[in-house]
Amino acid sequence: MSATKSSDLGLRLRQNMGFAIAVVLFAVVYFLYQLSHPKGFSSQVFVQNSNEVFSLAMLAMAQTVPVLMGGLDLSVGAVMTLVDCLASHVLEGSGWSIFGGIVLCLLTGAAAGLVNGCVVVFGRIQPIIATLATGAIYMGLALFLRPIPGGKINEDINWAMTNSLADFAETVGIFDDGKAPWFQTIAGFPTSLVFLIVVASVIWIPFRRSVTGRTVYAIGSAEGAAFMSGLNIERGKLAAFTLAGIFAGIGGIFMAIQTSSGNADIPMAGAYTLSSIASVVIGGTSLLGGTGGAIGSIFGTLILKVISFNFRIFDIAPLLQPLFEGLVLLGAVSLGALSILRVKNQLELFR
Amino acid sequence: MTHPADDAFLSLTGISKRYGGVHALNNVDFHCGRGKVHAVLGENGAGKSTLIKIISGVVRPDQGTMMLDGQMVNFQSPSAANAAGIVCIFQELSLMPDLTVSDNISIASPPRKFGLIDAKAQRMRAEELLASIGCEDVNPLMRVRDLPLSRRQMVEIAKALGKSPKILILDEATSALTSSDVEKVYAMLARLKAEGVAILYISHRMHEIEALADNASVFRNGRHIETFAKGTRNNDEIVQLMIGREISAHFPPKPALKRPKPLLEIENLSWENRLDHVSLSVGRGEIVGLGGLDGQGQKELLLSLFGVLKRVEGDVKLDGVKQNLTSPRVAKSAGGGIALVPEDRKTEGLMLPMSIAENLVLASLDELSAGSLVDETKVSAAVADAIERLKIKIGSPEDAVSTLSGGNQQKVVIAKWLMTKPDVILLNDPTRGIDVGTKQEIYRLLRELADEGAAILFYSTDYDELIGSCDRVAIMYDGRIISELEGDAINEKYIVSASLNIAGQKSNGGAHVGH
Repeated sequence: MSATKSSDLGLRLRQNMGFAIAVVLFAVVYFLYQLSHPKGFSSQVFVQNSNEVFSLAMLAMAQTVPVLMGGLDLSVGAVMTLVDCLASHVLEGSGWSIFGGIVLCLLTGAAAGLVNGCVVVFGRIQPIIATLATGAIYMGLALFLRPIPGGKINEDINWAMTNSLADFAETVGIFDDGKAPWFQTIAGFPTSLVFLIVVASVIWIPFRRSVTGRTVYAIGSAEGAAFMSGLNIERGKLAAFTLAGIFAGIGGIFMAIQTSSGNADIPMAGAYTLSSIASVVIGGTSLLGGTGGAIGSIFGTLILKVISFNFRIFDIAPLLQPLFEGLVLLGAVSLGALSILRVKNQLELFR
Repeated sequence: MTHPADDAFLSLTGISKRYGGVHALNNVDFHCGRGKVHAVLGENGAGKSTLIKIISGVVRPDQGTMMLDGQMVNFQSPSAANAAGIVCIFQELSLMPDLTVSDNISIASPPRKFGLIDAKAQRMRAEELLASIGCEDVNPLMRVRDLPLSRRQMVEIAKALGKSPKILILDEATSALTSSDVEKVYAMLARLKAEGVAILYISHRMHEIEALADNASVFRNGRHIETFAKGTRNNDEIVQLMIGREISAHFPPKPALKRPKPLLEIENLSWENRLDHVSLSVGRGEIVGLGGLDGQGQKELLLSLFGVLKRVEGDVKLDGVKQNLTSPRVAKSAGGGIALVPEDRKTEGLMLPMSIAENLVLASLDELSAGSLVDETKVSAAVADAIERLKIKIGSPEDAVSTLSGGNQQKVVIAKWLMTKPDVILLNDPTRGIDVGTKQEIYRLLRELADEGAAILFYSTDYDELIGSCDRVAIMYDGRIISELEGDAINEKYIVSASLNIAGQKSNGGAHVGH
């Protein structure tokens, strides 16, 4: 039995090479960063890094789902911005009003995604152009909600979400206000990182193991075969876009909490969308669909972000940053393209 | 299971299906019973695949009724047919290449725990199903993409078994299998038969049908010709049933039999498991036909000669000079030039939204350019020439090529390649789906080109065409050329029996058998 087990492991490793490379690359570069940082390996640095990563990581997860299905979602940045602007209106109060506000924000994200899905499925329009159009609409709605940057977020939630677990426990009033002895080992952990892990394990992992989730993979792999196998293609596509909207919405909520305001910033939304695509590719998901996953995309985001962290401490001209990000992206894409060398019928390259 | 061996478990009455003006099935009655293997026989285009597509819910008939176990059924989709116990193993695989073997096997209704897919149970299920067809060597965690074709086919069979079929349809399901796998599939079929499953078996391999089938039905031109029990008909009679249609087109006369010096020489060409030591030569002025049932390597042979396939073993010579054909661009200018009229004109032959003129000159832009600029006067002269020569019916050369009828589109593809003045012309089923009038023009054109000194290699799925227009016909089977027919030996009987690999033509002196 042990023989098959080890071969299973080898098989899994070979199949997830892109993901494995992303993890190792991130671990090495991040370790070097922490070593060179004057306050390296402190809770303060972890918290700061984690807060910077969170929204883009959410957007990368959002982008992953349509990409797995063989499409692109150009509206994820706009959905995030829309929810950000909405949150700056509805997360001001306290108690149940905040809870209601968060639910409203999540529903808005989901609705935006569902609309994308409907346009793609029932309008039979390619995802890339459908979401280009809906993205512009969501941006317009965001500008309507926040013509100029502003708004306010409950201060407690801002403090609780953007600091360490100790601060979270103290604000919420659990674990003896965060002073319970057992709690001290993890008290320095960034709340936003824990939250990221929770979202990934509560939403993504069950989705991946659901029939609908596997339908999404099947559509990206061979839509005709998926249809012939009797899968519900339409439901898979609707679910993929809706889930993307939910992830983008969570990213928007966090952005509002982090900045304590709403801002319908068009260039920022565009930049976030493009970075989400880069994260997905670096994380080992094929743009053709069918292989990869959202966890890989989180590591893709981490790699993109750790580049900018390093620029800050190594005193490299910040103008070089886009160049480096581009090289990393190109490297990741090239790794994925290696399989082309094995193609024996050149016509298959064009199919 | 009230009637374990009733003949009317599945029963089709008066089924018709048209595609455009073509009757794919015409008033067909068909019955099969539990615990029987029922073979379906017929030439290319006889209506076999339409029949199984209707039974398995992929297409809906225009007319007629289908009864399953005494109940009228009308399937709206493959999944509806699956739910009723009709499971089909298609020729084109229905596997998702990026998913694992176990994902694929349980794709439609995986084992679940707390609403989520139970990966462990799913894997065990895959292992059990694979073991039941003697395919333990496949790790269920492998991606289908990484499996060789023969293993994929076994996974496809395991997937079908997992749906616990009452009627199992195998459409050429053994074509990619190794012989030891075929044995295992036979054993599996025998088990299913004993369990009372009705099995529809479509195969081009007569010995398989002899070994397996209890009954056989012959189809021809969309009609059900005859159903007979095993052993009541011999191979000759079956071939007779499969042929027997009137010649519908007229062909230009063939020149007297002569064997010119070869221009194109193919020696021991092999590729993957699709081409197996193919040797063939074509001389100037000769039209050589490629025959045999669909998918025996004919397309791959033409593609390899046009430089599309990589890592091809064996030699290709033009006028005695060895060629290294690495891409269509190289092939186009190799020797006196090679041209390929491809299989699918819509994707490989034409740029549909571009104009007729632009399409016509696409392959000969180098000759029609001065420096790096296209010479518009030369272009319009060449376009006018081509339209004149092939009698292409058009409004204006500037119209999009998509506005033309199928026959005229095909003429554009042929004209495009004639503009390069090739020495060797390869054609991949050029008359498929076009009208009789255009077909005759194409036959005449091919003969003219041959008379002008071209060497023509012509794959056709239509036997009349091979008989009427070719000087020689090479029949392919399983990646090999199993027979070369010449002169009077080019007739329907020999072509059909050679296509089915029945050794019945040896008695005639006109045919000689390769390999």
